[in-house]
Amino acid sequence: MPVATPKKVKKDSNIRVDAQRKVSGKAKFIEDVEYKNILHGATIRSPVTHGRIRGFKNRDEIKNMPGVKAVITADEIPGDNIVPFVKEDYPCLAEKEVKFYGQAVALVAAETPEEAKAAAETAELIIDEYPGIYDSIESMTPDAVYVGGDDNVHSYFKIRKGNIDEGFKGADVIVERVYNSGHQVHCYLENQGMIAEPIQNGAISVKGSMQCPFYVHNALVKVLGFKYSKVRVVQADTGGGFGGKEDMPSIVAAHAALLANKTGMPVSLIYDREEDFHTMSKRHPSRTRIKYGATTEGKLVACEAEYIVNGGAFCTLSPIVAWRGIIHITGPYEIENIKADSYAMATNTVPCGAFRGFGQPQVNFANEILIDELAEKLNMDPVELRKKNLLKPGSKTATNQVVGSSCGMAETLDKTLDKIKFKEHKGNDKGPVKKGMGISTVFYGVGLGAEGKYFAKAGAQVHIKEDGTVFVAIGNVEMGQGAETVFNRICADTLGCSYDMVEILEPDTTRVPDSGPTVASRATLVGGNAVKDAALKVRDSLFKAAAQKMGVKPFDIKIKDGKYISDEGEIDYVDVVDLAYLSRERVAAQGWYKVENVSFDEKTGLGDAYPVYSYSTNACEVEVDTETGVVKVNRLVAAHDVGKTIHPPSAEGQIQGGAAQAIGYALYENLVLEEGKIVNPSLSGYTIPTTMDLCDVEPILVESAYDEGPFGAKGLGEPPMVGPAAAILNAIHDATGIWFRKIPCLPEDIVKELNKDINKEPKELK
Amino acid sequence: MKNINVNFNLNGEDISIDCEPAKTLLDLIRDDLGLKGIKRGCEIGECGACTVIMNGEAVASCMVLAPQTEGANIITVEGLTSDDSLHPIQTAFIKKGAVQCGFCTPGMILSAKVLLDNNPAPTRKEIRIAIAGNVCRCTGYKQIVDAIEYAAELMK
Repeated sequence: MPVATPKKVKKDSNIRVDAQRKVSGKAKFIEDVEYKNILHGATIRSPVTHGRIRGFKNRDEIKNMPGVKAVITADEIPGDNIVPFVKEDYPCLAEKEVKFYGQAVALVAAETPEEAKAAAETAELIIDEYPGIYDSIESMTPDAVYVGGDDNVHSYFKIRKGNIDEGFKGADVIVERVYNSGHQVHCYLENQGMIAEPIQNGAISVKGSMQCPFYVHNALVKVLGFKYSKVRVVQADTGGGFGGKEDMPSIVAAHAALLANKTGMPVSLIYDREEDFHTMSKRHPSRTRIKYGATTEGKLVACEAEYIVNGGAFCTLSPIVAWRGIIHITGPYEIENIKADSYAMATNTVPCGAFRGFGQPQVNFANEILIDELAEKLNMDPVELRKKNLLKPGSKTATNQVVGSSCGMAETLDKTLDKIKFKEHKGNDKGPVKKGMGISTVFYGVGLGAEGKYFAKAGAQVHIKEDGTVFVAIGNVEMGQGAETVFNRICADTLGCSYDMVEILEPDTTRVPDSGPTVASRATLVGGNAVKDAALKVRDSLFKAAAQKMGVKPFDIKIKDGKYISDEGEIDYVDVVDLAYLSRERVAAQGWYKVENVSFDEKTGLGDAYPVYSYSTNACEVEVDTETGVVKVNRLVAAHDVGKTIHPPSAEGQIQGGAAQAIGYALYENLVLEEGKIVNPSLSGYTIPTTMDLCDVEPILVESAYDEGPFGAKGLGEPPMVGPAAAILNAIHDATGIWFRKIPCLPEDIVKELNKDINKEPKELK
Repeated sequence: MKNINVNFNLNGEDISIDCEPAKTLLDLIRDDLGLKGIKRGCEIGECGACTVIMNGEAVASCMVLAPQTEGANIITVEGLTSDDSLHPIQTAFIKKGAVQCGFCTPGMILSAKVLLDNNPAPTRKEIRIAIAGNVCRCTGYKQIVDAIEYAAELMK
């Protein structure tokens, strides 16, 4: 597909298509959709982390409580008691065994939300409690309690490249360290919620907050035992997702649909914040061990790595998370000899799943600190060390994939260093507050890659109406990131109409074929190409109609400033549409796109893992108060090579917001589990950054066009979350002289380390 | 529990309604009065998604009980302008890319209005302080602060 030359910024080009309804309070999130005669659902949950279900003590009492219309347990599920994810291990309702605190066991529907909640809270389950296992390393021990998977392993991947022993023999310097990270909670402002409604011909329609309507569709088919044509899934305005609404909505929707199916009435199932915290997926806690070998000149010659994530009680998306982790674990460097292993372990904790970055923030945090530790050992500038090894066009990644021409890695590094004035910085020697700077570099495989290639496709429909306005039906969703606007721009720019003529319809599984999930920074690339494909087909009709009128061939026509132009004259877009209608040309078309040429050999771990990579560099300046341990990020510069940018304000929004989540991940967000149970399930117990915790991120867009992308675009949703944590911890080292190898890096951790130093032998701080 | 009668002014309209005394203003506005612009994010005063303006102050409506509204003057996002036009703060949010998922947006705009009503030319720091109680997980706040700064200019 040819890459368009950069277009002139149109007058209204900065305005998002969904902004108006959102600032006016008219956007319809699922709880804002009004139904008459709707029932309210609630979930009866396991009060223990591991146990055998013996029975339901007061089911009849619950059923007779005021307003209660239905109680459902696993034995009443009409289809299979499975919510399908990568594997089929997650029951829709626990039948015999519960494996984590808060796992769904039964459902109630009542006339009011209060009655449903009261019924669920009154329920008494009879459960024999089993010992639980909560730590992924413990889960690996031979005598560990069995939780799930194959000997508690949800998934395992490896990479074997070159000769690891020979590689390390050729190294002059070797560094090896272990890094740990905790859970991270999505904290989308809108909690999970679904409304299910029986519709005509025995079908069920579900509407709600979600990233992947087609996952939900599959789950409903499975759980209800319905044909695909008897299910309809529609996405409502979605109040943030970040991965947390990739797989989890399938569970919420299946529960709501079971209740609607049983009662014959619409049922609303909306979670509250605490319920959402306890039961919905999280970013995997991790333990990452990496060993780098380098020559004295700073050439990386070998890397051995082991990545262990805590997948929680069920497998969900852990395999793909662990896979993305291992593909990127050696860092954005060309290294000849690699041995890497990744394990997703089962424990009796809340299942972990997708979260922006998808297994990569954990490994990037590890390898990007280790590269600085290696630089210190080599007595070399960390920037210089990176420059000697960074991927460039023609280099080979860890999986032996040759890096293509769209690679702005070096440019992101140079521009970032230049902007933050990295060379000129000096620590502030006086007083307890110390300043430091740090950097990190990132490569990021765009899309689902070879392990998710079954989903690597998308559809769309473009339909021009009589007055030239356009309906676009899509399969990838808007969840705040700006997808609606990107699809609008791609369609309008392809047809040559103005942006306000293009309406993006709410994603509906009955309108377009399965387009995979809206995750992994893939919506622009895959969904955008599908929209473009459909728009190009319809444009052929317009070319034909315009050509006929002007007496030229269709390929003689060009589009410029909303006009169809040939040597014989020009016709306005709207008039061309009129001509197309008069000559009864096709004015609607389906578009399709699939990702080709990705591969992964499970025996060697080699292959072309992703269709293309995005590159980024983060640099920050921090202030560490050595008395309180409080760290403040004063500046964060983030340069991203995203291919061509389709909508600059949304691109900046992704960088600002992703970096904010990464700063929270590095410094504030601390989910505490005691015996497998979350003890701080609230926004005050688990603190995410407010305005007072963040600086204005300074974004830089590096545009290295990708020929396959729509108008040269790659993807940007996830990368901003990946790199900042390591840059921040490297900056803390610069300020204090101490390597911190755990995130979140909390004030108490910092004070403890600083005092440990002082107690042993007084050490002059930098 | 016996219902009570409460009287207040909502978006310029006098309201008299019977409700349970323990009902929150959030539930009263959303469920009984049908205005869905304010959002239910946490119901314990932590997120700011349910912010309304009550007697000139930004408050979390989930932390206000119905009887406390007696005689109060309350504004929600629906009452920012009397017709379908946009308030300058709304225009600024659109123009500056301050909207992503939109769930925090109505509350954020109301907190901004209280700030600008009291301080027509705030510094960026003052803007940050004014909206510190409104959590946003999408934007990292920078474009929101830009928007409020721009709104102050528009409202001059």
